[in-house]
Amino acid sequence: MKLDSMYQEVILDHYKHPHGRGLRDGDAEVHHVNPTCGDEITLRVKLDGSKIVDVSYEGQGCSISQASASVMNELVVGRELDEAMKVQEVFLELMQSKGKLEPDDAMEEVLEDAVAFAGVSKYPARVKCALLSWMAWKDATAQALSERESA
Amino acid sequence: MTPLHGLLDTEAIRKDFPILDRMVHDGKKIVYLDNAATSQKPRQVLDALNAYYEQHNANVHRGVHVLAEEATALYEGARDKVAAFINAPSRDEVIFTKNASESLNLVANMLGWADEPYRVDRETEIVITEMEHHSNIVPWQLLSQRTGAKLKWFGLTDDGRLDLSDIDQVITEKTKIVSFTLVSNIMGTINPVDAIVRRAQDVGALVLIDASQAAPHMPLDVQALGADFVAFTGHKMCGPTGIGVLWGRQELLEDLPPFLGGGEMIETVSMHSSTYAPAPHKFEAGTPPIAQAVGLGAAVDYLTAIGMDKIEAHEHAITEYAVKRLLEVPDLRIIGPTTAEDRGAAISFVLGDIHPHDVGQVLDEQGIAVRVGHHCARPVCLRYGIPATTRASFYLYSTPAEVDALVEGLEHVRNFFG
Ligand SMILES: Cc1ncc(COP(=O)(O)O)c(C=O)c1O
Repeated sequence: MKLDSMYQEVILDHYKHPHGRGLRDGDAEVHHVNPTCGDEITLRVKLDGSKIVDVSYEGQGCSISQASASVMNELVVGRELDEAMKVQEVFLELMQSKGKLEPDDAMEEVLEDAVAFAGVSKYPARVKCALLSWMAWKDATAQALSERESA
Repeated sequence: MTPLHGLLDTEAIRKDFPILDRMVHDGKKIVYLDNAATSQKPRQVLDALNAYYEQHNANVHRGVHVLAEEATALYEGARDKVAAFINAPSRDEVIFTKNASESLNLVANMLGWADEPYRVDRETEIVITEMEHHSNIVPWQLLSQRTGAKLKWFGLTDDGRLDLSDIDQVITEKTKIVSFTLVSNIMGTINPVDAIVRRAQDVGALVLIDASQAAPHMPLDVQALGADFVAFTGHKMCGPTGIGVLWGRQELLEDLPPFLGGGEMIETVSMHSSTYAPAPHKFEAGTPPIAQAVGLGAAVDYLTAIGMDKIEAHEHAITEYAVKRLLEVPDLRIIGPTTAEDRGAAISFVLGDIHPHDVGQVLDEQGIAVRVGHHCARPVCLRYGIPATTRASFYLYSTPAEVDALVEGLEHVRNFFG
């Protein structure tokens, strides 16, 4: 069934057992919404120099947006910023592929669990759900950096 | 199952709607339950659009040639049909717009630019309700921000109805306009028009009724409603997109200023000033949606031939059945009235803690088209503390078997995420 290509086990697992959920101390906080469906996320990032110490979040939304936040947390926390940004770029590329990109080994290595979202890219209405937390994280990171600069 | 009373001959009606035979997702017949978003179009409407473009297309009101005269007659003929459909005292009270949103915005702008006694300014108040579509919220927020008028609203009861217990405090001597929906697009609630209109008239406020979810589904009589303006949209009532209606009382349309300026809406123009054509043309600047109006005229003919009272009875029977069946689904909570009394055929619900997006996706896989999200009525979701709902909405071609398909589909959803 086609549905299984979207709702991979990995995704449902993350949905039911999210990583790093809950709001903790951070350098910047953002609130992002998906205006067409009402998915929402509040997200904080904590940086130590160029290292991502924590990404904490709270939100409501469908399995795809919730699982994506959990996977994102797993992928970026503990990483160097520029490394994490690269992961984000690859994920974005996958999600914008309209189902035409078959992830290869190199991509799988970068994306780990996030590669499970390949099937979601076939559903234009759901791509935004998968990207919501990533966009929030990018935005929060930019804010944290600019606040640091102006401080 | 005991047979339902008042059902239409859907087998015959469905033959008029080619799209209802569409197969999706490898051979599943579509079950279209997103009628509150937009209805499907019968062949009669599609044929009217085609015939217009193939035989009569021209611009209206300005040519002396045959086609221009035919196009004008068809466009103005559609106005006659719509006027009769809503029992308007005069055809000149029917303004064509592009959709209900434009109709609602038009009234807000007429009032913002009006002179006394209609003028909305910082001394005055605007009243709406918490169950409005965003199209009947945002224009009033804009007007309020621009004029300083205070925006007030009726809240909701726990069972999805308007809370009118404080009506005398909400609608006051300061109120200039009360704008509310006749039928809620998210909860299906049918609102008590009389009580609101009476209070508004007592204080001399104008009343605008958003009939977008009423015009497609029940007989609409603007004189019986007692409002000053009534807005609705063509695409939800078997018509094409790109055509809406604003009905307004003649004296008001004479007094109130135009909003958009352009061709069609003028009498004479000099470089210094212009005089305006009488209503409805005063409010129809530029080339109107001609084919779309003709299509709406055909839709009105189609609905009238079946009978709006019969359509209402059909939908009532389907709604009664759907509410009953849905309440049998474990963990399902209807957002809005839980009986078919004073409610239309749009039914919103939440299913345990499964997000509506996921519900809609798994239903889609089975060929069942529902709407998920906040349905452009986010304040309702906030009021009931939910992020979104799944909404099934029915129409004249909906069948009890489609209700059954939905209920089975929801079983499948529960298993999938269980
Ligand atoms: C109650 C109500 N009002 C207004 C609208 C807006 O209609 P349109 O988008 O055609 O302008 C809708 C349609 O979604 C509606 O349901």
